[in-house]
Amino acid sequence: MTTFLQATIAGLSLASIYALLALGFVIIYKAMQVVSFAHPAVMLFGAYMVSWFAVDVGVPFVLAVVLGALATALLGYLSERIAIRPMIGKPLFSIAIVTIGLDVVIRTPINNLIGLDIRGVGSPWGFNSWTVGGANLPHRSVAMIVTALVITVFLFLFFRYTRVGLAMRATAMDQEVALAQGINVGRIFALAWMMAGAMAAVAGMFAASDLAGLSASTYIVGIKALPAIVVGGLDSINGAVVGALVVGLAEAYTATYQSSVAPWLGSNFSQVVPYVVLLAVLLIRPYGLFGSAEVERV
Amino acid sequence: MRGRPALFTRYESDSAMLPTTTQRVWLLVGLLVVAGAAVWLPRDWLILIATAFIASVGVIGLNLVTGYAGQVSLGHAFFLGVGAYAGAAFGGEATDKLVGFGLDVVLWIPLAGLVAAVIGAAIAPIAVRLRGLYLAFLTLGLVFLGEHVFREWDSVTGGPGIGRKPGVLRLAGWRFDLDGEIAGYAVTREQQIYWLALIVLIIMAFAAKNIVRSRIGRAFAAVRDRDIAAEVMGIDLTRYKVLAFAVSSFYAGVAGSLLFTVTGFVNTNSFNLLLSFAYIAMVVIGGAASITGSIMGATFLTLLPRLIDGAGGVLPFLKVSSQGLLSTSQLERIVFGALIIGFLIFEPRGLNGIWMRIRNYWKAWPFSY
Repeated sequence: MTTFLQATIAGLSLASIYALLALGFVIIYKAMQVVSFAHPAVMLFGAYMVSWFAVDVGVPFVLAVVLGALATALLGYLSERIAIRPMIGKPLFSIAIVTIGLDVVIRTPINNLIGLDIRGVGSPWGFNSWTVGGANLPHRSVAMIVTALVITVFLFLFFRYTRVGLAMRATAMDQEVALAQGINVGRIFALAWMMAGAMAAVAGMFAASDLAGLSASTYIVGIKALPAIVVGGLDSINGAVVGALVVGLAEAYTATYQSSVAPWLGSNFSQVVPYVVLLAVLLIRPYGLFGSAEVERV
Repeated sequence: MRGRPALFTRYESDSAMLPTTTQRVWLLVGLLVVAGAAVWLPRDWLILIATAFIASVGVIGLNLVTGYAGQVSLGHAFFLGVGAYAGAAFGGEATDKLVGFGLDVVLWIPLAGLVAAVIGAAIAPIAVRLRGLYLAFLTLGLVFLGEHVFREWDSVTGGPGIGRKPGVLRLAGWRFDLDGEIAGYAVTREQQIYWLALIVLIIMAFAAKNIVRSRIGRAFAAVRDRDIAAEVMGIDLTRYKVLAFAVSSFYAGVAGSLLFTVTGFVNTNSFNLLLSFAYIAMVVIGGAASITGSIMGATFLTLLPRLIDGAGGVLPFLKVSSQGLLSTSQLERIVFGALIIGFLIFEPRGLNGIWMRIRNYWKAWPFSY
């Protein structure tokens, strides 16, 4: 039972990182039907910026997170403006490949800046933990889960009750009609990328706050958020959260139990579990759990 | 050029691979020049160009499924890996740890292709149900699952950090991968690999050209342009999508089996997402739905590092020694990313499109509008 509780805590922590990334993906997808393969690289950039502000510049941690998120939002804005906006109206496949190019362009210099030394993000909670029912509850996990919850709730309220949120929902529904209602669709696109960037920075900061610190392989965490959005369905905000939970918990439970239940699957199998979940879900529901099936025009 | 080469009176001549005599002659001359260049090219260039030939085979495969049939695949690295290890298993020597059958090169290259094709066909039925971006995600998952299998299955792959040698280039006792002598002339290992790669590329390129100009190719294009309309016209979607994946995987398998004979070593972590991205980039930069473009894209991106190395002496901010902003390999990555973005925004038809524009300009010269 203690083991199970421990695995659940680990799973929820992972899920909160995935949820922050997946929400960004979905916001971009809903706004402009673009899947951004550059998102993991944006996350890496965000994590580096937080680390730079907190460790190299030495500003207080909370301020560093805010500044890092702003810097990443700016990167999101610039990516959208320079690389994505000229591609509007082109096939989705082409735009997806542009984001692949973007990923390479963003990631390479960041990897160079991160370097090979272990690099923290200056998180104040350290590696202390409480004990709950025999299981360790690290302060880091609490911070992650609470932050993810707060941001998710905030997003739901934002989309439900604000004018800008309404404008974003309208744009997601139909760009041209939104344009006809006087919504500045271009500004909505930019806003979507900036929101996604800021959330990715927070997610990256959390991903890099464990013992291993920030390294080039933190990128892997971002890549594993892709199955989360597909499991939930590309165009569903609820789906992104559910997908993140499914993928995060599946990964954590596998990490805990696979070595005793199915050792033949090999070491580090938990790292590929998100993709196994992805395959399984796509086999049963080709549009994810909450995604809307495309209505086809012949 | 005599007569009216652009006037076709029969459908066969319209869809011919090389409709005019001029094209046939120039292709032959070009091939002879490329084959003959091996005599005086230095060793490192031979290796580089041979790699480009082999990569071209892989890119043609990706172009068949993505460019012609419109099924976005980010899983090409996986199929390259399958081919590499199938080739190594069929063509390599058995040791106490590794599986190896030591077959001839004419057997293990097609076998590597077949193994990849069978796996491709096995995965295709899942892929057939998916559309567009969901398919991209599925194939992306495949790369990661494949990496895991390659790491764990060490009786075939040698395991991470250890790796294994690729298949031995052996044909009826003759070794392509050793310096030798043909009819009194000394030939180096590099020259032989270069010619072997060229021959494989010629065979595979003509086969691909034949696929795309036939009924199958037209069905692929119909599926790409609008699958529901294609189905209404009587094209069996499942059949052609599975076929596209199988053929594409066959090409990837052949390319994968040869790709590492050049370096002589297969590492388990070579088949990552970046390799898939590189092949997608070659398709995009060369020109989607074009066999010639595939070869151009593969050659261009394979030679790019060399060109950037050359630029290292000219551009001051490059890290040639220890100081400087970026190393050449990093600059190369950035250029490669920027090229993908640039080509898609400014020339979606790729290098082949640029070539077509130049050619059509001179066709009408000096009366261009």
